[in-house]
Amino acid sequence: MAEAVVTEPYPALAPAQLAAMHGLRAAGDRPGLREYVRSLWAYRHFIIAFANARNVATLTTARLGQLWHVLTPLTNAAVYYLIFGVILGTSSRIENFVAYLCCGIFIFGYTSAVASAGTVAITSNLNMIRALQFPRASLPLSVTITQFQQLLASMAVLIAIVLVTGEPPRLAWLTLIPLLFLQTVFSGGLALLLARLGSKIVDLKQIMPFVLRTWLYGSGVFYSLTTATDSMPTWASTLLHLNPMLVFIELAREALITTTPASHFSVSSMWAVAAGWALVMGAAGFLYFWRGEKEYGRG
Amino acid sequence: MAETRIPTVVVDDVHIVYRVHGAAKDSSPLGALRRIASRGPSATVREVHAVKGVSFTAHEGEAVGLIGTNGSGKSTLLRAIAGLLPATKGAVYTKGQPSLLGVNAAMMADLSGERNVVLGCLAMGMPKGEVRAKTQEIIDFSGINERGDFSSLPMRTYSSGMGARLRFSIAAAKKHEVLLIDEALATGDAKFRKRSEDRVRELRAGAGTVFLVSHSLSSVRDTCDRTIWLESGVIRMDGPTDEVLAAYEEFSTAK
Repeated sequence: MAEAVVTEPYPALAPAQLAAMHGLRAAGDRPGLREYVRSLWAYRHFIIAFANARNVATLTTARLGQLWHVLTPLTNAAVYYLIFGVILGTSSRIENFVAYLCCGIFIFGYTSAVASAGTVAITSNLNMIRALQFPRASLPLSVTITQFQQLLASMAVLIAIVLVTGEPPRLAWLTLIPLLFLQTVFSGGLALLLARLGSKIVDLKQIMPFVLRTWLYGSGVFYSLTTATDSMPTWASTLLHLNPMLVFIELAREALITTTPASHFSVSSMWAVAAGWALVMGAAGFLYFWRGEKEYGRG
Repeated sequence: MAETRIPTVVVDDVHIVYRVHGAAKDSSPLGALRRIASRGPSATVREVHAVKGVSFTAHEGEAVGLIGTNGSGKSTLLRAIAGLLPATKGAVYTKGQPSLLGVNAAMMADLSGERNVVLGCLAMGMPKGEVRAKTQEIIDFSGINERGDFSSLPMRTYSSGMGARLRFSIAAAKKHEVLLIDEALATGDAKFRKRSEDRVRELRAGAGTVFLVSHSLSSVRDTCDRTIWLESGVIRMDGPTDEVLAAYEEFSTAK
């Protein structure tokens, strides 16, 4: 037995042939697209468990614990209301400014949180990537789910705010469901895209806060972009209104608030833009991430 | 006899060069600027040639020890076999998906041990039903509940030995065709070491191949029948454990 260990039992075969003969596969090969989707599906329980775990883990050391899922969006809304509603007085031109503002903050906050968590989804889990073999897209996807769960808490807060500010319950509220679905597909794609970019460009983490803040100010969260771009040429205004976040926010306002100021686009064309963005970002993000599957964990 | 031996891992002339970020010699802001200005090859990145042309074949039912001094490329080679660190040159062929079990495998420190068990099993690709059935078994095997109900406490409260035991127990719960163990047996107390050595033997009996990286020569001697000695990324010796360990001990004491 001992001698057999030392001498190569198949001296005539090259290692690659030997491997092929016994059906061994090359380690760290990139799977085909269909196979990749299938393995991701097989890992769905892991993705959800990991998302839940992160959600719980972030607040275990806080005394108020899981209550912060609701307190954070409320505090956020209060801060922006203080600045833009009370001090700067933006509210005078928009009816029900509180609901208008909260729609913007919560909808934008969702994608923004996914984007910043997605950027570090690979780099902050390198230990796990180097220890376990699982489809890497699980990480950015579970980041998206974590934020989606927090979005549900903010949506409950938002509905309460909307009711308190005197909006009647309407059937139109139900359009939030397809809207949040489209936004989640968009955000998931964005998380995948940024996860790969963030693993290659390590400085992206430092740049993202500035990108996100610029995006926030450009998405008409605290003011009506349509009013602000009145004096611009039509093409410039149209371009600014194609911003996916603006479209998601405006559609949420259409659903929840009866007195929304008219937007640049009609509601139906905004739905088309939202669906287009979701499709493009979802597919592009996924393909881009999959193409890099082999390189994650290299450091 | 040779015909009956089925290879599970074939390593063919593997070279691994990995890149280290944030390893610049001059770490001041001015230094960073200077590197960008001079367009030096990859500013803050340095390359380490950790494994230099290693080839071997491991077979079903074998337990292979990997020994060598610190920084000789043992852990890097293990990661390459697991497919976690792509080889720069050469190729690694494996049967099934090898699992790497390291003492620094990631766990979520803020979560309870029990939740980490569930998460770890799911990450290994275990079906949900099986995870539920095995959770208690894993916790019992790890023995972390021997001194009170530790499995419901966050993992950050565990001692390093307890954490390592739980990690080993999770990885060992699944039947692996190829199991790679990095120093895990060196942690834990004598009682747990005995138990984990038994488990490794069991896994081997299940027609798997086990690789063990360890500085503890006694655990290599107890579990492995073949040993590969790596030195500076090159195989120095590959053969029956007794012979290789004897040569290695001679080498170590001579230094």
